Amino acid sequence: MKRILILVAAVALVAAACGDSTDETTTTAAAGATTAAPGTTAEPGTTAPPATEPPPAGPQALADACEAGQTDGDLNLYNWTEYLPYGAAAEDGEVDDLKEAFEAEYGVNLVITEYESNEAMLAQIDAGVPYDLVVPSDYMVTVMKNAGLLLKLNKAAVPNMANIDPAFSNPPYDAGNEFSAPYQWGTTGIGFSYDVIDDADGISWGVIFDPAMNADYAGQISLLDDERETMGAALKYLGYSLNTTNEDEVNEAADLIAATKANLAAFISAGFEDLLVQGETVVAQGWNGDFLGAYDAASTDDYDAYEEFGYAVPIEGGAAWVDTMAIPATAEHPCSALAFINFMLDAENGATLTNYTYYASPNLASQEFIWEEILEDPSIYPPAEMLQDGSLEFFSDLGDFTNMYSDAYARAKS
Amino acid sequence: MTILDEREGSRETAVNPKLERRARRRDAWRGFFHAAPAFLYLTLFFTLPLIIVFVFSFASRGRTGRPLLEAWNIDSWTRLFEPLVRTIAVRSFWLAVLNTALCLLVGYPFAYWIATRRKQATRNILLVAVLIPFWSNFLVRTYAWRMLLDSDGYITQFGEMTGLWGRLLFTVPAVFLGLLYGYLPFMVLPLYAAIERLDWSLVEAGRDLYASGAAAFRRITLPLSRPGIIAGSILVFIPSLGAYVTPDILGGAKTTLLGNYIVTQFGAARNWPFGSSISGAILIVMLAVTVFYFRSGGRTL
Amino acid sequence: MTLNQGAAARPWVDRILAINGWLVFAFLYLPILVVIVFSFSASPNVGIWGGFSLHWYDRMFGNEQLMNALRNSLWVAAWSTVISTVLGTAAALAIDRYRRWLGRGVFDAVLYLPVIIPDVTMAVMLLMWFTQVNITLGRLSIILAHIAFNISFVAIVVRARLANMDPAMEEAAADLYASRWQAFRRITLPLIMPGVLGGGLLALTLSLDDVVITSLVQGPGSATLPVYVFGLIKRSVTPEINAVSTLMLAASIILVLASLAFQRRGERSG
Repeated sequence: MKRILILVAAVALVAAACGDSTDETTTTAAAGATTAAPGTTAEPGTTAPPATEPPPAGPQALADACEAGQTDGDLNLYNWTEYLPYGAAAEDGEVDDLKEAFEAEYGVNLVITEYESNEAMLAQIDAGVPYDLVVPSDYMVTVMKNAGLLLKLNKAAVPNMANIDPAFSNPPYDAGNEFSAPYQWGTTGIGFSYDVIDDADGISWGVIFDPAMNADYAGQISLLDDERETMGAALKYLGYSLNTTNEDEVNEAADLIAATKANLAAFISAGFEDLLVQGETVVAQGWNGDFLGAYDAASTDDYDAYEEFGYAVPIEGGAAWVDTMAIPATAEHPCSALAFINFMLDAENGATLTNYTYYASPNLASQEFIWEEILEDPSIYPPAEMLQDGSLEFFSDLGDFTNMYSDAYARAKS
Repeated sequence: MTILDEREGSRETAVNPKLERRARRRDAWRGFFHAAPAFLYLTLFFTLPLIIVFVFSFASRGRTGRPLLEAWNIDSWTRLFEPLVRTIAVRSFWLAVLNTALCLLVGYPFAYWIATRRKQATRNILLVAVLIPFWSNFLVRTYAWRMLLDSDGYITQFGEMTGLWGRLLFTVPAVFLGLLYGYLPFMVLPLYAAIERLDWSLVEAGRDLYASGAAAFRRITLPLSRPGIIAGSILVFIPSLGAYVTPDILGGAKTTLLGNYIVTQFGAARNWPFGSSISGAILIVMLAVTVFYFRSGGRTL
Repeated sequence: MTLNQGAAARPWVDRILAINGWLVFAFLYLPILVVIVFSFSASPNVGIWGGFSLHWYDRMFGNEQLMNALRNSLWVAAWSTVISTVLGTAAALAIDRYRRWLGRGVFDAVLYLPVIIPDVTMAVMLLMWFTQVNITLGRLSIILAHIAFNISFVAIVVRARLANMDPAMEEAAADLYASRWQAFRRITLPLIMPGVLGGGLLALTLSLDDVVITSLVQGPGSATLPVYVFGLIKRSVTPEINAVSTLMLAASIILVLASLAFQRRGERSG
């Protein structure tokens, strides 16, 4: 009995000691986390990573020493799902296999991991998972560079930066493309059936938000399920900027969404294009490439879906987005990453990408190789002036005001 | 169950107190030994990481989502009392209650039927047959339901033809159909485990004692299978409290549920402290309810 | 164990139960049927029948990323199911068999937490934890995470089986057999086997379905099938996903039949 008592006491002591020591490690580790991410306090618009940033001298110096075409090992690419043509998907899309081409040209392996939201990617990069190249969207570039999570691009190693369309050479989210190189871009607008809307020209967000306009097809409308995109559409309809930080405007947009709810089939971000093609909805908010991909897939030898369905950015304007290539500060193979950026900015490879995704290329030189049907489609390549006159806006990071949007959106749906 | 309590009591008094004490010590040691691996594992990969959540809930929002660990505050906790949070929580609560009731209603006779097949092999095959659909893929199954329920689908057309129901997709019934489908196995498995081991001689005796089978079921079978009902209800209720994918896909995402709200905090809103405080509150409330339930109702069955 | 002899309810009750049973099975298999049928459709648009074709199977086997995800999934599911079933069963025994031991109350409570905590919260905290203690993100971290939530599910199902089970039988066995282990193997394990089986099946199902936690604790090249499918569905639902699901179903059915045959032979020889 005594022996067991002593044993139990010993175990308890050890357990207590373990508990203490692990507690300590958590606190020190937590303290480490504070110093590791001081960039989080940086003012928006700061271009250089803050001086307090501890290690990036290493990777940044490594990246700066890379020469054009140089590689330093296998490339760990963290990309959106099905966002690079290779393997069976490339075969199906009748385009070249870019993974194979890159591996053959540079003699390194391309390891692809895929993500489905900017925030999931951010969490992993922020935690220090060593990917060499990521594909953040516009506003996410701002967030990441301000947090010191990205390396500056060594442009000497990316001669093909010269191919970038001047319209994308000085974007609002990353002045001078210092940290990012554009990959693909597109717009958010309305996909519709010609049964209910005759003409793509002059279409208004009112077809979704104005009950007088959509009385005939109420209940067959879908909006995206994304606080910024959905609120953005309502804000545009109301004539405001989709980056507004005016609380009244945001609340007005939320009220509009709440009032529109009764006329909606659904809020849906994945599969809105399928619902439209299958006839469950007749008007849908969504991204241009998704609609066109679905129209293309639904067309057969004796059925042309393009005659049934259309896409347009409404007269009030819509959102434009750019996905970019950027190198995380934790990258282990920055030279391979720079080589890949250069590879994707090549005229022919850029065209291959667009021919596969049906999204517009920010690569001006690639236009020569892009299929005509894509290049001449105004729903993929909207008139250039739309980007200039503010009718197409990029989403920008709103800092703490982001919470206003999430809450207003949650309230609209509650 | 008073029968069981009495039995336990009688055994304790029957043995020699010295032996009894030794047996108890031996049991204490063995219990600790059995629990040690899981305990250690959960400490390393659950409890210690959980501390992070509680620390985060007192921090302030950082630009990348990861909270700033310098400006400590309780804002994220006070925010829990906003009416918006209450509305969302109440709605999720009712959704979970209804879904649990539905699963129990469908699951109990089903589990009973499987558990009363005579051959062990038949029971095993039927049990596995319940699970096989769930080894495909959750999203694929849910999207299959969306196809089945769409306006041109046979199910909707049948309903419209007979006048029993109209449009199904993106309606409340569709949401509950999807939830029932998704959570039924969570109810059936523990129910099966509990019913299958019932002492059927007691049930027989009950049938002789009470004239009707229904009374025997109510007084004998149901109370005896209560551990399964409780375990199944916990396994259905708790996850459906945070359910949002099925309601979004089949219901059209027209309402915010706790699940979406938390995901938004960790995702687009990048407000990890608030996400942490909501999760912390759920943990505390649900743990209290579960433990209380087990201590009071569950123990003395 | 033949506890179930004489369990049959009155014939008409049994008939109603059987009808209900088959209806529930129809309900469970209806969407699966749709998935299988459309995996053979030639049209790239799920929901539109485009004639019979094996194109999507061909494409699936040529899809390196998908095949890699399938391998990761099976690997992760196998390890996490086995380990969590063993740990979870031991934990259930510890709580229900041994009433008084140091830390039992705390352990009882902790065991429920992984079931209660929202997925996304567990995902974030594990991501932070793994990077904090320097566990490289990849298959290993995914397995560790899956075990962490599966232990509790297994324990809850096994406990439903153990509750109020008479320990006298086991004690008698302890006197009968030479070793404690033998007593466990011959008496306790067969008694709780349906619970263990149920818990293990649940763990396997959860592991094969998890998206939220896996997508945050994955590392380069370690995505599992559901994570890959989730990304794919965000782009567009294609019959290729149906083909994968059909393959998974076929594989699991074969696995089950094989294990049943194996079990039967074991019974006969034993």
